[in-house]
Amino acid sequence: MSGPMQDWKSQKKPFAAVATAPVFWLALFFIAPMTIVWLYSFGQNAGPADIDISGTLDNYKRATEWLYLSIFLKSLAVAALTTLICLIIGFPVAMAITFAAPKWRPWLLLGIMLPFWTNLLIRTYALMALMGTNGYMNKGLGGLWEGASWLRTLVGMQPLEAWTPVQLLYNNFAVVLGLVYVHLPFMVLPLYSALDRLDKSLIEASLDLGAGHFKTFMQVVVPLAAPGIVAGVMITLIPALGAYLTPDLMGGTDSQMIANVIERQFKRANDWPFGAALSFLLIYAMFILIALQSMRSNKVKEAR
Amino acid sequence: MTEAKQPIIQIRNVSKRFGKVTAVDNVSLDIRAGEFFVLLGPSGCGKTTLLRMIAGFELPTEGQILIDGQDMSHVPPNKRPVNMVFQSYAVFPHMNVTDNVGYGLRISGVSKGQIRDRVAEALELVKLGGFEDRMPDQMSGGQRQRVALARSLVMRPKVLLLDEPLSALDAKLRAQMQFELADLQDKVGITFVTVTHDQDEALSMASRVAVINKGEVAQLAPPSDLYEYPANRFVADFVGSVNIFEGTLTLDEPDKAAVDCPGLGKVYLNHGVTGPHGANVWIALRPEKIYLHVPGAGKAVRAAAQDAPDGHNLARGTIKGMSYLGDVTLYDIQLEGGQIIRVSRPNLSRHDQEDFTWDDKVSMHWRADSPVVLLS
Repeated sequence: MSGPMQDWKSQKKPFAAVATAPVFWLALFFIAPMTIVWLYSFGQNAGPADIDISGTLDNYKRATEWLYLSIFLKSLAVAALTTLICLIIGFPVAMAITFAAPKWRPWLLLGIMLPFWTNLLIRTYALMALMGTNGYMNKGLGGLWEGASWLRTLVGMQPLEAWTPVQLLYNNFAVVLGLVYVHLPFMVLPLYSALDRLDKSLIEASLDLGAGHFKTFMQVVVPLAAPGIVAGVMITLIPALGAYLTPDLMGGTDSQMIANVIERQFKRANDWPFGAALSFLLIYAMFILIALQSMRSNKVKEAR
Repeated sequence: MTEAKQPIIQIRNVSKRFGKVTAVDNVSLDIRAGEFFVLLGPSGCGKTTLLRMIAGFELPTEGQILIDGQDMSHVPPNKRPVNMVFQSYAVFPHMNVTDNVGYGLRISGVSKGQIRDRVAEALELVKLGGFEDRMPDQMSGGQRQRVALARSLVMRPKVLLLDEPLSALDAKLRAQMQFELADLQDKVGITFVTVTHDQDEALSMASRVAVINKGEVAQLAPPSDLYEYPANRFVADFVGSVNIFEGTLTLDEPDKAAVDCPGLGKVYLNHGVTGPHGANVWIALRPEKIYLHVPGAGKAVRAAAQDAPDGHNLARGTIKGMSYLGDVTLYDIQLEGGQIIRVSRPNLSRHDQEDFTWDDKVSMHWRADSPVVLLS
């Protein structure tokens, strides 16, 4: 990476030509609006559509009150649980794709990516249709229940009482399930890319040296897939932490996440400064996560 | 019952098919304890599949493999008394040298002190003392290969399997490692089974070589036999370079034989070949066993040697190609019948390569014990 062509310092003009457009784009559509929102977080409402940026820290004080902090921590817990479940489900899936016959791999990957081509809102409503009290999940469970009841009558036992549909939607369970459903591909793809790069003869070498499959998995596969695991965790955790649609549609009154609270400030409460402060608390938290991860990967590099 | 020395590996009627492709076709061979055994063949001939079946990474479609008398049919790789050095070395990139070499011992629950001693001993054996804390990405290919060797040897396997161990090394290092591997095998006394497509490697290291062609054993012999007494055209051609001429067996007695080759002339041998009279046979003649002369001189030299009747073991031609290789010069000579014969001539003095040049007419002769008669 240190050849004369790669060194931007010695090739300033071409570098500037290539970099101007994206830098301009970022400045205009990302940095400027974010700065405005950031400034709002130090202001107060002066009228229905007028914000006075006075440099006050009141918004942050209010944002760190227990009422909001608890929702924030709960969001973190829900996101972490989602990530963990995604990892537990995603790892075997990624392994299966890696070890599938080469002609099948593109199709399996397509299967993972297909949901991306469908609108999130449609996918969420489809999932809700499945999970509703009259949805297929409940119908399936009801069918099983009736089957069991019928079997009991066959052996002369009392039939079971009638099936009462289970409340699958509008609770924390539904939120986590919805988030796992949405974020699973984000976990599988980096894991697959890490596992695909793993030299299969390393696994054979471990077996050859006497390790069983579980030991090989723990001692060789997991450590070597670590970059993929970290990438998958970050890429799942961060969007899950800021999830808005899933808790809004699938959650109950007690399952709102921090993004729902922020949305309410900007819309119904029309308190932009407070919404901005909450938003930036979320962004700071993500910065900390990313910083921790990059510190960790630097440490790994130094250890080499 | 007296215990005869039992082969360490017995391969019995082993076949391996992948779908419609037969990689290994009804192979039976014994590998003796303590020998340096080489499986030699072109790529795709099934030699690596055979090695992987011994290691347990592939299971035979038919037949069985016995290691030290034990049937391995239902023994997984991690329970077999063999270890493998992979073509890519497969050194664990996330562990330093000590942890790599100690991996197998750690897995099998050997005590820490013992691991330390045995790892140090193994590293000493492969001349990697002082590299204990290195990570694999800080080492050269040759050093990583030594790590892989030490990692296998430290397990004290009954058999060490090596998959193309030298293919990734540069020419100088390869020559050095050939000697070191042979030396190492001598020192540790473990049976080595190596797969290679490189005939030089096979000839220089092996005690015995199995030449594999299309999943079958073409010949199993010590290296010198393979070269001097090839069993068929495939072996003659694959091991070393050779001139092959088709001919008819005209004389076959216990102490002499003659073959009439339309492309080459009359070939006389000072030993019998036990083939049917009049049979279609092939003559294999190594390039270095042919003497090159100015026109006419070959006849006189041949006659003076008196090892063949007049008019035998002689040929004439025109030099059509030359390549000077330093130690020898190779000549491609067009015979009077049109076929090309290759002759290699040692450059015994610094001016020898100037003796002949393109389009020179030359005559050739060879000794009566040089040609080999091949029946297939």
